[in-house]
Amino acid sequence: MNESSGCFVFKPSSKKRKRTVGIDEYFVDGNDDCGNGRERFNICQKLWEKIKMDTEILQDELNEKILESLLDFIKKCTLSFQSRTDDWASRMRASEIPTAALVLGVNVPDHDMTFQSLSDLLKNSVTPFSVSVQAKECTALKNLMQRVLERLMGVGVSVEEDEEDSGIHLPQKRVSCSISVLCQWYKTVTKVGRRTLKLSHYKTCSENGFLQSPPIVVIFKDFEAFNPRVLQDFILICNRYIHELPLIFVFGIATSPSTVQHILPHSVSSLLCIELFQSLSCTQHLATVIDKLILTSQFPFKLTGKVLQVLVSIFLYHDFSVRNFVKGLQLALLEHFHSQPLSVLCCKKQEARHNAQKLSHKDVEMVRQLPSFMRYVETQEPQEQVQLLTSDDHVKEVCQMLLKGLRKYHKNYYPILRCLHSLTASLPKYPLGKQIRELHISCLEKNVWETNEYESAMQLLRLLAKDELVAALRKCADILKPGKTKKMKSALQQLEDYIIRFEQLDGKISLKLYSQCLCTKMLLRSRRTKKMSPFEILRNETLDFIDGLVRSHLTPPELQPLNEVCYYSSSGVLRRHLNATPRTSIQTALSHPFYFLQNENLKTDAGTVSSAAPDICIVYKLHLECGRLINLYDWLEAYATVVSAAEGKDPDAEDYGKVDELKHARFIQSVSELEFLGFVKSTKQKTDHVARLTWGGC
Amino acid sequence: MELRTTNICMKNFKSRLPDVTFYSRESEAACGPRGSVVGFSGSVSEKMLSGLHYPGCPEARLRSLREKLPCREVQAGTLLAIMGEPEQYCYPSIFIYGHRATGKSHVILTLLKELELPHAAVSCVECVSAGLLFEQTLLALFGADSAALLPRLPSLSDFVRVYRQVCAQQPAKQTRYIVLERAELLRDMEANLLPGLLRLQELVDDNVAVILLSEIVWDKFRPNTGCFEPLLLHFPDYTKAELLQILSLDSNPSYTPELYSSYINILLGVFYSVCRDLRELRHLAALNFSKFCEPLEKGEAKEGNTHKLWRNIEPHLKRAMQTVYLREVSSVQWGQQQMDEKEATALRGLSALAHVELPYYSKFLLIAAYLASYNPARTDRRFFVKHHGKMKKTSFLKKHEKTSNHLLGPKPFPLDRLLAIFYSVVDSRVAPTASVFSQISSLVTLQLLTQVGHDDQLDTPKYKCAVSLDFILAISRTVSFDIVRYLYDFI
Repeated sequence: MNESSGCFVFKPSSKKRKRTVGIDEYFVDGNDDCGNGRERFNICQKLWEKIKMDTEILQDELNEKILESLLDFIKKCTLSFQSRTDDWASRMRASEIPTAALVLGVNVPDHDMTFQSLSDLLKNSVTPFSVSVQAKECTALKNLMQRVLERLMGVGVSVEEDEEDSGIHLPQKRVSCSISVLCQWYKTVTKVGRRTLKLSHYKTCSENGFLQSPPIVVIFKDFEAFNPRVLQDFILICNRYIHELPLIFVFGIATSPSTVQHILPHSVSSLLCIELFQSLSCTQHLATVIDKLILTSQFPFKLTGKVLQVLVSIFLYHDFSVRNFVKGLQLALLEHFHSQPLSVLCCKKQEARHNAQKLSHKDVEMVRQLPSFMRYVETQEPQEQVQLLTSDDHVKEVCQMLLKGLRKYHKNYYPILRCLHSLTASLPKYPLGKQIRELHISCLEKNVWETNEYESAMQLLRLLAKDELVAALRKCADILKPGKTKKMKSALQQLEDYIIRFEQLDGKISLKLYSQCLCTKMLLRSRRTKKMSPFEILRNETLDFIDGLVRSHLTPPELQPLNEVCYYSSSGVLRRHLNATPRTSIQTALSHPFYFLQNENLKTDAGTVSSAAPDICIVYKLHLECGRLINLYDWLEAYATVVSAAEGKDPDAEDYGKVDELKHARFIQSVSELEFLGFVKSTKQKTDHVARLTWGGC
Repeated sequence: MELRTTNICMKNFKSRLPDVTFYSRESEAACGPRGSVVGFSGSVSEKMLSGLHYPGCPEARLRSLREKLPCREVQAGTLLAIMGEPEQYCYPSIFIYGHRATGKSHVILTLLKELELPHAAVSCVECVSAGLLFEQTLLALFGADSAALLPRLPSLSDFVRVYRQVCAQQPAKQTRYIVLERAELLRDMEANLLPGLLRLQELVDDNVAVILLSEIVWDKFRPNTGCFEPLLLHFPDYTKAELLQILSLDSNPSYTPELYSSYINILLGVFYSVCRDLRELRHLAALNFSKFCEPLEKGEAKEGNTHKLWRNIEPHLKRAMQTVYLREVSSVQWGQQQMDEKEATALRGLSALAHVELPYYSKFLLIAAYLASYNPARTDRRFFVKHHGKMKKTSFLKKHEKTSNHLLGPKPFPLDRLLAIFYSVVDSRVAPTASVFSQISSLVTLQLLTQVGHDDQLDTPKYKCAVSLDFILAISRTVSFDIVRYLYDFI
């Protein structure tokens, strides 16, 4: 949503893409103990570029339909502007401004990309005159007019009031800010375009295939955020000039189209000719992105179930933003290559083989310490074990083999996952999840065939009628077709055999039994033991085959040796970065100063603060004990007592707990720091008191 | 000073309209502070109806004027009478008010154009600053050179100075008119602008009259400090007969005027109860005329067969009232639909898609906001604390609170209360992350919540929930939260 992009604390992309010298140094500096930082950086860079390109292509494909219809609408309107004939009906009709209401969903950060491609498309094929405006730059009518005029005409427009701000006079010609100026400008520009066919920096008309008088498209990116008065006045003004200026509006709407009627009164909305365009919902969008980026063996980099869960839950619970999801993916990628030295092996086949050869002794040691590798070693013959633990070269050889195994595993994993999903997605109540990502996550985390959900899904599958089952199997066969590994080919072969056998059954059996309701089936099933029809036998056989496929290919990746190379697993880091908890961190810093300062003196039991802690921590701790209003003098007294204890003064001494100037100053400083952090504020309710702004605490 | 000016201009034209009921400021005490209203009743209107009078103007032009201003002869006549002869002084300011599309601008601009009087017509909505207003006025009255004399950021006194300066070079031979449309916007500009414009004649010492047009009555304009009272002129709504007469004028050339006026009659029968806006009616007439003519085109009915034509068009117009009139579907889509002969169900209106998808926590935040807005704060304990102790229903439901909170509308609530309710309604433990807080501001941007009072951000900000009960019911259904159980009004 709107502000959530602002919470995105970690911004690696802008830095990284610039490719200035020394960015890869971060990788080296981070772990200076191993020398492959630069390679890892390069692999990471390449991977990210590929992912980025793929997402952009994906985005364009997804937006294609809606943008196309929008362009058609704009073209149609342009034509109707030109062919505004003198016939009776069009003369009598009120001249409305054609308006496209573009409903994009609440994921506002994603809209930028859509609007960008929209204006690119417009510039390329319809009109050079398109402007987009945002609500935050148009708080008043004159700002809006100024933005529109400036961006269209490319000159500074004076609003008269904010002139004092710049002492230097701009050399540009400044014009007053009214639509009539725009009218004149439009007339000259189009006249010039018409007279001289090849001319001017507006690559005009015929050259680019623009129409004779291209329309002026004004895009309001975030319609809801606009001040209604400003919009109403702007529309009223534009309506006065509609006969001279072919204006078209595009409203980017985040909620529902009825907001148009909420924001604009009938007298204004009656000046618009609104047509509705609805974009794909963001959940569908996410499903496509996951399908293309995550559920593919194309990229060697993988996420573990927990990490994927974090990213998906941020999407579903917080922002609905696909852009932020991809950014999260980017962060995971970067973190993986930065923190895992062995990620140097996480790349394409040849490169990986090459890098495996070049592993240093230190790297090999690290490989030996990988839990998955240790497990692998344990399963080997004793002689082999010795070899693996002593010979570096042998380990390198084995690494290559294991990496190959890992790649094979992925190539088999995804098709089978899709098969299982397509089989179970149509079952009642979706025992294995409606979305493929849910199934994927549960497969990543444990042996899916051991779960109850899998059990019940299989039971339901065993009740399927023949035509349903055959249709589902056909779908599976389609999924398996592009598979290249031997196992996938043989699986496909077997599956097709089963389908043929089902079809051969056709003559012998009637279908009526199998579409009955579920409970009778269960009854039947319990009684059935004696007699099974040939169809039932075949169905069981097929499902056992599928069960076998699942058991052999959908094992969790953790069991695969060397999975740490490809799988990024620290979900905690990701969560901390993407879903920051500023308030918790501040409170931790104040109540447990040891956590951040790492000073042994500050280590205390839970709930107490050492009197040696920084002043602000003491003041904070004391303020937690107060009610809504805090007496400053009592607070100061308490503070002085605590600090005196810290100074190690004799409790019986005369000046123990006395307030001296230094303590007073320190106290005042800490209180103003607390005020700055938003914990207290001055109040007029009572003299010498401050108000507490937080609740709970003690 | 003020009185003197009024007297002068009175002398100039009073002699010409002896029977217009007109009160000068001298007689104000007698008629109260309401100002002066020119009435159209009685002998005046009858006299005016007989024809417009304007000295020195050929009868032919007056006749064409009369044709251009149907059903507004009375008002036009009064205006002409007030304007007087070109070289005479006019009353300094005239205020014309009436509903939308009652012909205010049309009448005054047609008069000024047809009689070729010097005038400047400015729409106040276009003038984002007073400077633009001055510039456009000078431009229209004295040409481009004069507008250039204005300094940057001109004030009213700059305008007056420049006006006097150019006026000295081109003294008025005829009364100059400044017409300001949508004059209600003048109130939002500098405080001295409206009073200044009202007595501009006196300020610039020239034969100039300011005509203000507005949909709002003068009472809403009068500044606290008082000002020169303009002459008030009311344009009443067109009656049904007048609408019929005016709309029938635009008859389609391919059909007889009689047919068209019978069509307009049917149209008014359907729409007159909801819409009296001439422009809108004309628009609707144009949109639906082709449908009306369909039986004629197909040869199914003759022009005289009014009943059949009525049977054909009436349901269609009723549908138009629910869709295209409310802008649920656009006029282009409406036209297309007519051509395709499809039923209206094919097109979804704007309000048909009220469903909004929101992230999970946003939904709960919105639900919490709704509860905070419509439940009294003292009942929170009863709803959200598990063991709320003894709070009997009788004491909990206070007798005097009979008015439904839903009738009173949403009440503002502080952020703390929103979060407290949020944490108790959301089923899982939620960390107070930055994104939860940013979702609140996102909801404000999406206008699902509104912020009340922006003065102090550190001090707990207050919000109101801006969604309807239906909306929140739909939202809570998607997260299977039974909101009705938590609403005080429904207990």
